Amino acid sequence: MIDSKIPPGPIQEKWTQYKASCRLINPANRRKYRVIVVGTGLAGSSCAASLSELGFQVEVFTFHESPRRAHSVAAQGGINAAKDYKNDGDSIWRMFYDTVKGGDFRSREANVYRMAECSLALIDQAVAQGVPFAREYSGYLSNRSFGGVQVSRTFYARGQTGQQLLQGAYQALMRQSQIGNVRLHTRHEMMDLWVEEGKAKGIVARNLDTGEIKLHVADAVVLATGGYGKIYYLSTLAMNCNASAIWRAHKQGAFFAAPSWTQFHPTSLPQMGDYQSKLTLMSESLRNDGRIWVPIKSGDNRPPHEIPEEERDYYLERKYPSYGNLAPRDISSRAAKEQIDNGHGVGPMNNAVYLDFKDAINRDGKTAIEKRYGNLFYMYKKITGMDAFKEPMLISPSAHFSMGGLWVDYELMSNLEGLFVLGEANFADHGANRLGANSLLQACVDGYFISPHTIMNYLAGEKPIEDPKPELSHEIIDTNQKRLDNLLAIQGNKTAEEFHKELGKILYNKCGLIREKQTLLKAKTELKNLRDSFYKELLVPKGSSLNFELEKAARMEDYLELAQLIVEDALQREESCGAHFRAEHQTPDGEAKRNDNEFQFVSVWEILENGNHNLHKEHLDFESIKVSERSYK
Amino acid sequence: MKLTLHIWRQENQKSKGRFETYELSGLDPQMSVPEMLDFLNEKLIKDGKDPIAFESDCREGICGQCGFVINGHIQSPEKHATTCQTHLRSFNDGDELFLEPFRAAAFPIKKDLCIDRTALDRIIAKGGYIGVNTGQAPEANSILIGHYTAESAFDAAACIGCGACVAVCKNASAALFTGAKISHLAMLPQGKMEAKNRVKSMVAQMDQEGFGSCTFTGACQEVCPQSISVANIVTMNREFWKS
Ligand SMILES: Cc1cc2nc3c(=O)[nH]c(=O)nc-3n(C[C@H](O)[C@H](O)[C@H](O)COP(=O)(O)OP(=O)(O)OC[C@H]3O[C@@H](n4cnc5c(N)ncnc54)[C@H](O)[C@@H]3O)c2cc1C
Ligand code: FES
Repeated sequence: MIDSKIPPGPIQEKWTQYKASCRLINPANRRKYRVIVVGTGLAGSSCAASLSELGFQVEVFTFHESPRRAHSVAAQGGINAAKDYKNDGDSIWRMFYDTVKGGDFRSREANVYRMAECSLALIDQAVAQGVPFAREYSGYLSNRSFGGVQVSRTFYARGQTGQQLLQGAYQALMRQSQIGNVRLHTRHEMMDLWVEEGKAKGIVARNLDTGEIKLHVADAVVLATGGYGKIYYLSTLAMNCNASAIWRAHKQGAFFAAPSWTQFHPTSLPQMGDYQSKLTLMSESLRNDGRIWVPIKSGDNRPPHEIPEEERDYYLERKYPSYGNLAPRDISSRAAKEQIDNGHGVGPMNNAVYLDFKDAINRDGKTAIEKRYGNLFYMYKKITGMDAFKEPMLISPSAHFSMGGLWVDYELMSNLEGLFVLGEANFADHGANRLGANSLLQACVDGYFISPHTIMNYLAGEKPIEDPKPELSHEIIDTNQKRLDNLLAIQGNKTAEEFHKELGKILYNKCGLIREKQTLLKAKTELKNLRDSFYKELLVPKGSSLNFELEKAARMEDYLELAQLIVEDALQREESCGAHFRAEHQTPDGEAKRNDNEFQFVSVWEILENGNHNLHKEHLDFESIKVSERSYK
Repeated sequence: MKLTLHIWRQENQKSKGRFETYELSGLDPQMSVPEMLDFLNEKLIKDGKDPIAFESDCREGICGQCGFVINGHIQSPEKHATTCQTHLRSFNDGDELFLEPFRAAAFPIKKDLCIDRTALDRIIAKGGYIGVNTGQAPEANSILIGHYTAESAFDAAACIGCGACVAVCKNASAALFTGAKISHLAMLPQGKMEAKNRVKSMVAQMDQEGFGSCTFTGACQEVCPQSISVANIVTMNREFWKS
């Protein structure tokens, strides 16, 4: 049932072979084909622009007012590429290995290798577009290091790498909208997938300004709709990030892979009050010089400077002497949670740990630290009103990245033919834990270099679609309109936001950094109750045109369904791997314990008519890499 | 903490708007301005009233979505900050706040505090790019760019497209927005090839969208959340005369 369509041959040659043998369409015929691209983040913009450059007609949808506002814009730290400009022993192979290991041996070798391989051309492409990466005085590109690896392969544009890369992709897209074949539909939200004879042939989208719902048909559909970490409510994602596009596609038959694998970022700012709507990320690079600690005595409420050195626990340095404060994200986040849960949390809500720059300032001087992190310290002050030069920063783990997503094969195509899923929306390259600076890369590589070939290969076997019979299109439009009408009709007494906050609490507490059978079972009941009450108590103000509350309510409905699958997925996986930590499965010293005999597969979920789920397994074969214990001690 | 809010309510582009007053208590000084509006909206919805339409997304000052006017300050009474980066601790208990949308002919009001800024995208579409197709790029290190040039290009490229520069300008000019893009690309060797056409067509589009001309008051650089310098406007003008 699960065929990942990995090309034969040695791993180094698979992609070259694929490209050499995939089907092409003559330039004059390409304009007969229409592709819908949903999402204008790095993955969507780059794919749409590249397809248009090839001569295909492209219809682009985003709920944002402008393509440039997609959440890729918020990425700070950088993007990886195996250029080996540092001569420090980097190579495609090493990057491939680091990524598979970082993902705790739960990703597909062939996909990861290809990502590392394409990373070289991606940096070339971005530079040619005018992305102002950091440079040495000599004019050459500069690199820095990131968590979980021992080489410096990260390219960056100050603390705004995502913004700069996105501008490159957005500008390429706008250029095509002017000279090429791109038609932009901004402020349009995809509500459903149109499937004909088992193939994706269009989407239902709602114009968010007017409320009009329409069917748009195409020969292939690309979903590049980003991550769904916002399901935890408090997260580093933007307010409007959602799972609706992929969830609706899932309900039309697309398989969902590893839904419960969410990465929690260790250095976000902690929650300060109940009103809070999001958690801001502080770049991981701070961990290069900041030391993480908590008071040894639990419940110690003294201000940090009154706590003497011997009463502090630098727990990462203690537990992971070789990586110390630079231990990978899953490990650092879990360690912080353990401290907080055991009563060592600091800050007004006792939900944070300290990230302390005192020693670095004493060692290198304030000027040096200011030069390195000035903008981050400034940002910290802007948000919290506190000065990190004077007192340690407060940080805490926050929901951040979805390793899970719609299942795709080597061609980035779902089990539903003609449906391609790119960027954070798919399950592909990161396994059970993503390495820093690899996901901007994945989104770009999917969009610029992989999907243009695989989509053309698919279209070459298709006859250009004609508009569907009007009665068919009326039916799916009616179904979607009714769905919104039903939400509007409930008229209870709780807003979508309130439901979202409750959902977030359940997931954080029972299916977050640490998972356990008993609590997961409780979560299951609580989620069911929450869903039931949603249909009785939801309150959406009337109005079918511009109505932000209605948008939220529809996304919330999808989140509530996805949450149940997340818990099911976490329950089913009786092992710990990467970000998925089951308390029952740990080594004597509290580290994640994989179970390769039984769980060396990706959990792939199919939805059934009655809404229940069926599990398929994509077994992971490691032919090039030896599976080993993932240790950072 | 208590605040009295006077918020611009306007059903749609055609209807007439007015300020409506809301008294809020129980606010937390650490709340951001959008969080304050979330708080107000929850009350309005429960009272069966129409919530305030406002937009925000990243809530960390980078997506450019949120901005409106607070007591006459574009985006924020804080310097170089977006609306979402403004916290109630910037105000005093009991203060009165007037919230209204950015006003510019090229930014029609959609509802309440929401405006349509797609005019800015249309300016970019006219040449705010380097015309390189996927696959054409040479090896990255074959294009050398000095450290300081790269840094200045970044300074210009840091624009978040929020439109604060237009909103603050008495002529509603988009010169800072357009100048920043022109100057970002003109500084780089790979951007020089198309420089002449770029500046001509982007400037023409700016006029066509109904943005006013720049009379160099410098107000834009004062409110820009990314502190983008008016020197970029000088560059644009120079590029324009060269073209
Ligand atoms: C704060 C932060 C910092 C990060 N830093 C880094 C970093 O330093 N390095 C790194 O490699 N990665 C980083 N990441 C991760 C990385 O930024 C993302 O994984 C990546 O940008 C995702 O890109 P995307 O194109 O898949 O999705 P996005 O950029 O999220 O775009 C999604 C698009 O889909 C559209 N959309 C969604 N749903 C619908 C719908 N139903 N209908 C219509 N349109 C829809 C949206 O409008 C948007 O245009 C960071 C992430 C965050 C949150
Ligand atoms: S919401 Fe993104 S800049 Fe304010």
